[in-house]
This record gives sequence, structure tokens and C-alpha cells, in this order.
Amino acid sequence: MEFRYLPMTEKDKQEMLDTIGINKTEELFEDIPEKVRFKGELGIKPPSNEYKLTKELTELANKNVNLKSHTSFLGAGVYDHYIPSVVDHVISRSEFYTAYTPYQPEISQGELQAIFEFQTMICELTAMDVANSSMYDGGTALAEAVNLSAGTTRKKKVIVSSTVHPESRAVIQSYANGPGVEIIEIGHENGVTDLKALAAELDENTAGVVLQYPNFFGQIEPLAEVRELLDTQKKAMMIVSSNPLALGYMNPPGEFGADIVVGDAQVFGIPAQFGGPHCGYFATTKKLMRKVPGRLVGQTKDEQGRRGFVLTLQAREQHIRRDKATSNICSNQALNALASSVAMSSLGKQGVKKMAWTNIQKTAYMKKALEDNGVNVAYTGPFFNELVINLGNDVQNANKKLLEKGFIGGYDLGASYNELAGHMLIAVTEVRTKDEIDNFAQELGDING
Amino acid sequence: MANQDFPLIFEHSQESRTGFSLPEMDVPEVDLTDMFDERYIRETEADLPEVSELQIMRHYTALSTRNHGVDSGFYPLGSCTMKYNPKMNEDIARLAGFSHIHPYQDEETIQGALELMYDLQTSLAEITGMHTVTLQPAAGAHGEWTGLMMIRAFHEANGDFGRTKVIVPDSAHGTNPASATVAGFEAVTVKSDDRGLVDLEDLKRVVGEDTAALMLTNPNTLGLFEEHILEMAEIIHDAGGKLYYDGANLNAILGYARPGDMGFDVVHLNLHKTFTGPHGGGGPGSGPVGVTEEFAAYLPKPVLIKKGEQYGFDYDRPKSIGRVKPYYGNFGINVRAYTYIRTMGAEGLKKVSEYAVLNANYMMRRLEKEFDLPFSQHCKHEFVLSGKRQKKLGVRTLDIAKRLLDFGYHPPTIYFPLNVEEALMVEPTETESKETLDAFVDAMIQISNEAKEDPEIVQEAPHTTVVSRMDETTAARKPVLRYNKGS
Repeated sequence: MEFRYLPMTEKDKQEMLDTIGINKTEELFEDIPEKVRFKGELGIKPPSNEYKLTKELTELANKNVNLKSHTSFLGAGVYDHYIPSVVDHVISRSEFYTAYTPYQPEISQGELQAIFEFQTMICELTAMDVANSSMYDGGTALAEAVNLSAGTTRKKKVIVSSTVHPESRAVIQSYANGPGVEIIEIGHENGVTDLKALAAELDENTAGVVLQYPNFFGQIEPLAEVRELLDTQKKAMMIVSSNPLALGYMNPPGEFGADIVVGDAQVFGIPAQFGGPHCGYFATTKKLMRKVPGRLVGQTKDEQGRRGFVLTLQAREQHIRRDKATSNICSNQALNALASSVAMSSLGKQGVKKMAWTNIQKTAYMKKALEDNGVNVAYTGPFFNELVINLGNDVQNANKKLLEKGFIGGYDLGASYNELAGHMLIAVTEVRTKDEIDNFAQELGDING
Repeated sequence: MANQDFPLIFEHSQESRTGFSLPEMDVPEVDLTDMFDERYIRETEADLPEVSELQIMRHYTALSTRNHGVDSGFYPLGSCTMKYNPKMNEDIARLAGFSHIHPYQDEETIQGALELMYDLQTSLAEITGMHTVTLQPAAGAHGEWTGLMMIRAFHEANGDFGRTKVIVPDSAHGTNPASATVAGFEAVTVKSDDRGLVDLEDLKRVVGEDTAALMLTNPNTLGLFEEHILEMAEIIHDAGGKLYYDGANLNAILGYARPGDMGFDVVHLNLHKTFTGPHGGGGPGSGPVGVTEEFAAYLPKPVLIKKGEQYGFDYDRPKSIGRVKPYYGNFGINVRAYTYIRTMGAEGLKKVSEYAVLNANYMMRRLEKEFDLPFSQHCKHEFVLSGKRQKKLGVRTLDIAKRLLDFGYHPPTIYFPLNVEEALMVEPTETESKETLDAFVDAMIQISNEAKEDPEIVQEAPHTTVVSRMDETTAARKPVLRYNKGS
């Protein structure tokens, strides 16, 4: 079998063995103890040629119902959005995707500057002072924020709203088990955080309060009221997870005095791809700059005085500080941060606002269409691009019927909220048309009826 | 000098210029002021750049030319396995049936994706000799933390709450001790001996009833195989601890040895290293974790299983450490790794390690005449030189690295591992031709000669790059982490 990724010829090999002074390559493996040397052949599928394997994997991909073959109203943290063509053309430049972390600034200015621009765009959207170069995803970014708040305030209790994405809450819990941070979950009322419950839990032992804005139900959390509550416990940090697209229209958490704002930039130029890789972002106040996990790019000058960029404040990081680092993160999501930067550059100041506005308007239209079809929309507050409906019956069954009509239906809230059995979470982004919304609402009305 | 500055995307921006083409607003617009309290509406717009599509392409194309990737030239960055990233993998990952699927779709509608994941985790289990593999962790460090949390859960389930320490060799990656801390352990260091291997006597000294685990990279970061691995496993296991395998260097032993057969209990892999997921300028990666049977119950939720001919996720895992990441891991990277494994098969993967090791040894033997080689035995896929000899001439390892830039190479990893003075860690990988290896060695020899005859040319390098050395001190002292208009 030929292997097109392996360039050595037999002649090369012989010359190299001669230089090393051995007869065969096996001699180079003699330091592996006889007892642990693997003798057989690995029991995996045989090698395959490019044409045959492409055909096979294309067939495998075709087994999946996808967001292009069907009309999707599924969101719940992962969204189907307009992706400008330029995005994939830029991230397919192999100078970007075949590079690693820009440790050598002289030959990595492209990556470093792209990240610096990404940091700036995230600061603009969130109204925060500092943003890092990316995190794995919104969920782990939030978990890191929780541990940062506990570490910085030296308090062990963090209050998390139940309107935060259920999987992010699960990740927060797993991460909190390391340093032993106590996570207190509080309930929801009319689709937003129960402020009375928050007031009751908030005390001098509280390191931070975690909210999602817009929240998992698509509702707009009352950050202004939350801020007032937090002003009674000034040490407790306000940690907000935000869909950055929503912040094109909505007042950003930074304007409410948030200490840490995190989220996922998947909405900007990154396909759903079964949940990953996406692109977490992590933004803070200047005060927390030296506590931020992960990489930061800073501006400086070279010996000739030309502007340039470097990885900076590295004394926070694992490769310098080892066990005293602010986080263990090393690899991040740089290429996806680049994708998001390109998408944000395409949208620009006007486009991001227009796209956010279109999401709200189309969702408002969906709400009306559903109500016109006799479907019960659960909450009365302001929303971004998601709605909760009360079907009163089996959501999975409804989704099966919708699939037959070419729709990917909503998220079954009963799977993560006992009190919301029979409720479906529906997302309406800018890519959905009026006809699609009308037809979907009508189908749901029929199923409901 | 401002006219020499390469512009930022923001500096191309002009009011009202557009680079987007949004789907039309085809629903009747309604007044939202009834719904939205004005406190929740942005007062000032997010100041994103306003640029045309061509300006975007020119900007990022120009940036890409200011960046060095594997496709640009040789990239022997030790411990990072900068091998060729096959283009076919990119095409497969972009198929709509893989790139445009939603994690909350009904399992019946995504059987193709689940089948791929299942076959990948089964293949990785076979390659590593482990019982079960989870694909959830997003990167190597995330895998380390996941594995350590499982080890912690295992000890605690046995009523063993006193195991608070994780042992790491002095040559270990920084992520090892950092992950130990994040998982709630204290990291303790075990020394290397004069052959660059873990000092067994020191290991016996630090191990004890408080040992949760030993984290080990094998071959280690010096590129040397830990020959006493079975004795080490025995020392740790006899003390009630567990053995953790950092898979950063798996590229050296595919088909030659398996962590599971060496006595490791928990293993993480870096699919973006050994299995050709592109490094992406720093990520995304993928860091699957494999475990022995006794750890299977602690795997993060959900676990992908096969029920008859159907694939599905199992959430009913009462002993699980919980979720480590939303959804199911970095699927897009996993698709690329799977495509690579299917391209190579067992035969190809074994050749990968054969050539990775042959290439490293060949370069090492050619270079040992000019540079100090602290450990002289055969290496595996990488080797570490010391720039001590050149340092005496006033040329530091950093200078050598910068001089290599003038030859069009990405330098080796420098000043790591920490237990070698003026370290230069070279990992050629198997995808490089002999001509490339020879040319790099020749450049290194030339630089060594320059250090003797004309040290300034090395000390003042690089001479050919788009920028020269950066003022990193000012960058850290007065951090400028974002663009500010007019500044």
C-alpha cells in the first residue's frame, strides 16, 4: 500500500540508517521493554485510498438529516445562521490553519493580529475592557469564570440561575468539584431568574452570581434589577453568559457592571458541526486582566519601532507558572476565533445590529403566528430569538411529525426541566423565511389541536 | 514610523460601507418598544469595522502571508507534532452531513455521525490498548483534567480521600501540574536521572499513601522512552496510585507499544498532534480520554454506545464525573482524525512512527557534532539539544531560533524541557522528506559556524522577516490588548 503522506524512499531510509549506524529501524525501538512491545497488527479498518474513502464517508454523512436538507427551528445554544462565503475562504488559507500557537512573533504576525482584532470585537460587543484569544466553548468559559470568581474573592459559594443553559450548568458543577466551589441553583419565574430567590441566597459568602442574557429560554434577564441586588454585596461578581449576536441590539452586560462576560461566538461564522468545535469567548474588567485564563495578545513595537503583536501576560499561563497558573488551558479555538472575526468584519457595525434586529422581529412574528394557530406561548417578557411553547403533550412525538414535513423541530425542555415537560424551545434566526415560519406554526397548531 | 504599520481591519473602516448580504426581513416589522424596556437596548453601537468583501479578503490574505504554517515550510516544533494536515480531511469535515448537524437532533437522524464517532472511539481504544474511550474533551489539557477528575472520583468511591497528590516529572509539560491543580490536587515533582529518565529512587521517595496518580509522557519530553515503565507502574500501583498517560508524544509508538499494555490506567490523546487535526493557529484541538475497565463507570456523560444496530448516548451513569463540555466534543476535529486513521490503517500508522523516529534519530546524529546532546541514546520522535556551547560564544538559544527564521523555518521548541540548559527540542515528524531534514541540519550547522565566526549575524536575527524582534517587556508592562480608535 502506498502512503501519500510519507515521503521517504527505501534509498533515503538506507542512507539514514547508515548515518545513524544501525541496520534496521527496529533497533531504534529496542528501548521499549520486550514485555510491552506490541507484536501483532492493530485491529482497525484497513487503509483506504482517497477516492474510495471519500465515497464511503460521503455516504456516511448523507445518513444524517442536516440543517441544509431540512428547515430547522432548533437552537438551545447552537444556531443556524448566515455564514458569509468569505469566512471559509479565509480560514482555508493554510498559513492560518496549519500554524500553531504564535510563539514566534516575527513569523506569526498574521495570527497575532487576527486575534488582537478578535479581542477588540469581543470587547466592543460586550462593553468589557479585556477579552482573551478564545476558550473551548461557552460552557467551559462559564465554568472557568465561576472558578475565577471563587479564586479571586476567596469565597466558596456561587449562585447560578436555572435559566442558564443546562449543559453549561452541568459543566460548571464538574469544574467546581476541583477547587470545591459550592454551586447554588435558583429557580425561574415567568421565564427569568427568580429575583426573590436570588436576594435570599445572596450573602457575604457569595463569590459570584451567574446569569445568561438572553437566557436559555430566549428571555431577557433583568440585569438592571440584578445589578441593584448585587450592589448590596459588592464583593460578589456579576458573571454573565451572552449570545454575542444578541448584543448587536441589546444593551451589553458591561453596561450593567458585569465583572466577567463569556459566551460562544458560534453565531458568527461557525457551523453547528454537531456541537463542536465552536468558540468560547472570555471578557473581563481591567481589574481582572491578570486573572484571565488562556492566551492574550498585546500590541507592542519591534526594534525598528513598527507596530506588532505578541502573546503577553504569559505569567498567568501553564507553560510558565505550571501548578500556579490561572488555568490549565493550552490549545484554544484560534481558527474559530478567526472565523468569527471574519464574520464580524463582514457584518460590521450596521450588519450585526441589523442581524440581531431581524432575529427579534422574525421571532416576534413566530410568536404571533403560533398564537394565531392556537399554540400557547409560555412567557410574557421580552425575548431575543427563542420562544418557549407549551404543547401539553410529547415533544419528541411532535418532532417526529415535524420531521416528516421537512422540519427539524425545537428542543424538548422536559429533558432538562421537570417542571417544563411538554414544553418546546423554538429558535427563529434571520435565515428562516416568513413562509417557513407560517408553515411551521401551522404544523404545530395541527399537532397541538 | 506609523506609515510602516500594517493596518488593522478597523483602520480600513469607513462609515456605511458594507460587507454583508443578510437574508431579507420578509415579516412585517413591529414596534418593539412595548416589549423592550429601553434599558435593555444598546445606546451606542458596537464599533465593528465597516469594510467591503474585497477589503476583507485582501486584509486576511495579507495577514496570512505574515504567518508561517506547516504548508509554508518546515515546522519542527518539539512536542507539538507539526505534521502535514491532509486536505482530504478538510473536505470531509465540511460535508453538510457533518458540518451542518445540530447536537440536539433526534438520534435517529444522526446515525451517520454517531457511527463515525463510535468507530473512532473504538479505533482509538485499540491503538492505545484501553478499554473505553470518550471523545468529549476539547484539547489535551482538557483531557488531562478529565482524566484526573476520574482518578479522583475513583479514589473517593473507594473511601480513599487522602490521595491529594499528583506526581509529575520535572520534564513534564506545564499543563500536567496545572491540570492537577485545577482538579484539586497538589502537584509534586519527581526528578530525572542522568539518562533523562524518571529517577526510580526519587519516585520511591515521593510516592506514598497520599499519591493519587503519576502523570507521565512516554516517550518523555526529551524524546526518550521510559525504559523502566513497568517498574514505575508497579511502584505507583503498589502504593495504591494510578498511572496517567499524557498522549502528547504518541506519534513515536503507534503500532510499536500501547499505553494500556504499559500499565497506564487513564490516557489522553491529542488528535490535533498525532492524528492530523490541524493546529489552527492554536486550536481547536481534540483530547479524547481512554480508560481501563475499572474506570469506565466514571467516564464523563454522555457515553456513546451501540444498541443492536443503533448508536445512541447513555446518560444513565450514576458514577460519572459529570459533563466536561457541552454537547459531544470537538466533532469537526474528530471527523478529520477519523479520516486520517482510515487513510492509514494499521500498516500506515506503524510506518508513521517508524519514520517519525527514524527522522529524529537521523537529524540528531547529524547535529550532535555541532551541538551538545545531553542524552546520547537513541531517541524516539524528537530530541533535545543544548545550546550551551554556543552560549559560551555569546549566542543564546533564542538567537539560534531567531536566525532559523531567516532560513524560512519555524524554530524548534526552545527553553523546554526545563531540565536542559538552553534547550532546543526538535521534532521533525514523518511527513518531511530527507531533503528537508538535510537542509535544516545544514542551516543549523551554518548557524553554529556563524556563532564562532560572525556571532552578530545570529544575535541580531531575524533579518528577513516582516517585523524584527518585539519589545515583549513593554507589552507586558503596559498591556494594550485591544484597538482604540485614534490611539
